Amino acid sequence: MNATQEKLREEFDAYVAKDKKIEPKDWMPDGYRKTLIRQISQHAHSEVVGMLPEGNWITRAPSLQRKVILLAKVQDEAGHGLYLYSAAETLGVDRADLIDDLLSGKAKYSSIFNYPSLTWADMGAIGWLVDGSAIMNQVPLCRCSYGPYARAMTRVCREESFHQRQGYSIMMELMKGTKDQIDMAQDALNRWWWPSLMMFGPSDKNSTHSSQNMKWNIKRFSNDELRQRMVDMTVPQAELIGLKIPDPDLKWNEDTGHYDFGEIDWVEFNNVLSGNGPCNNERLEARNKAHDDGAWVREAALAYAEKKKTKE
Amino acid sequence: MSDKNKNWPLWEVFIRSRQGLGHKHVGSLHAADAEMAIGNARDVYTRRQEGVSIWVVPADKIIASAPEDSDALFDPANDKIYRHPTFYVLPDEVNHM
Repeated sequence: MNATQEKLREEFDAYVAKDKKIEPKDWMPDGYRKTLIRQISQHAHSEVVGMLPEGNWITRAPSLQRKVILLAKVQDEAGHGLYLYSAAETLGVDRADLIDDLLSGKAKYSSIFNYPSLTWADMGAIGWLVDGSAIMNQVPLCRCSYGPYARAMTRVCREESFHQRQGYSIMMELMKGTKDQIDMAQDALNRWWWPSLMMFGPSDKNSTHSSQNMKWNIKRFSNDELRQRMVDMTVPQAELIGLKIPDPDLKWNEDTGHYDFGEIDWVEFNNVLSGNGPCNNERLEARNKAHDDGAWVREAALAYAEKKKTKE
Repeated sequence: MSDKNKNWPLWEVFIRSRQGLGHKHVGSLHAADAEMAIGNARDVYTRRQEGVSIWVVPADKIIASAPEDSDALFDPANDKIYRHPTFYVLPDEVNHM
């Protein structure tokens, strides 16, 4: 790094430390740009792949109302992906390249979407827990130092709260039902609880990107802090409707004012992350198929636009 | 890898949230032409009555000032505090002027 670069870097760090915002054309360190491109595009991919487990249940939603609600939610996820790709592009990357990286398996997306959605109750558990964890992660990002990301996250968070409430409402409805329906809700919680807690990422002692991202105000709270908040918030919600959290070590701690909870299965976490989850292949195949099947539409639209232009 | 010439161009989107307010930048999207850009902007940026009017502008047609010119462009206003009403101290009797 030469002297000018070093000076710019120092000014940048001091500016960001004062909680000020960076906009697309401002000077920024390469590391800041790279980290944001990685994080924002992974986030966009997660929204897009996140449509698949829920899309699975649109045709089988139990009522017309639940069907239109689920459609609206899945459409929101597509929208969130688009807000985020738009934010990523302000950093000088091409959206098509980002999408290529998703389709080739080079880019990562949230591991949670590599679990299957087996029953209707999974729509409840996903909305309540997966969107719940996402909100917990995303609310602090509304104050991220990079303007376009912060603005995209503000829109996303406003919409996510409908997602979480509709999920909880599905669980509430099932818990008022027959024994089979109650069992179905409990089974969904049993399967989604731990993966939802894994969404906060590795524990603080093993997290690689955390400390620099904290200094740059990209990240505000540690993985473990946010995970604890999610547990504290969710346990009473489960109890209220008669669901049991599948963790024998879970108990209220008077001294800390938080719930103590059991150790996460990090072997499973790393396994799904490295591509061996139950649905990794299926998700990528579905994305690739949608992309390939849509190729003629993209080409036709462009050809039509060109033709119109020459006529003008 | 994708062929760059086959990609839809980028459009910047501006939304008037209600009558009486100006259009505000909300983000960008890709579309083959202006008509599709309006349609996509409606789906992406106004799913909850966020707007009553949409502008789409080809991203490469926007001319922006450069951050490094900020001093030259905006600093000269710094020392002209007499342009602000609070610069003038008036007797209490006329303080609502």
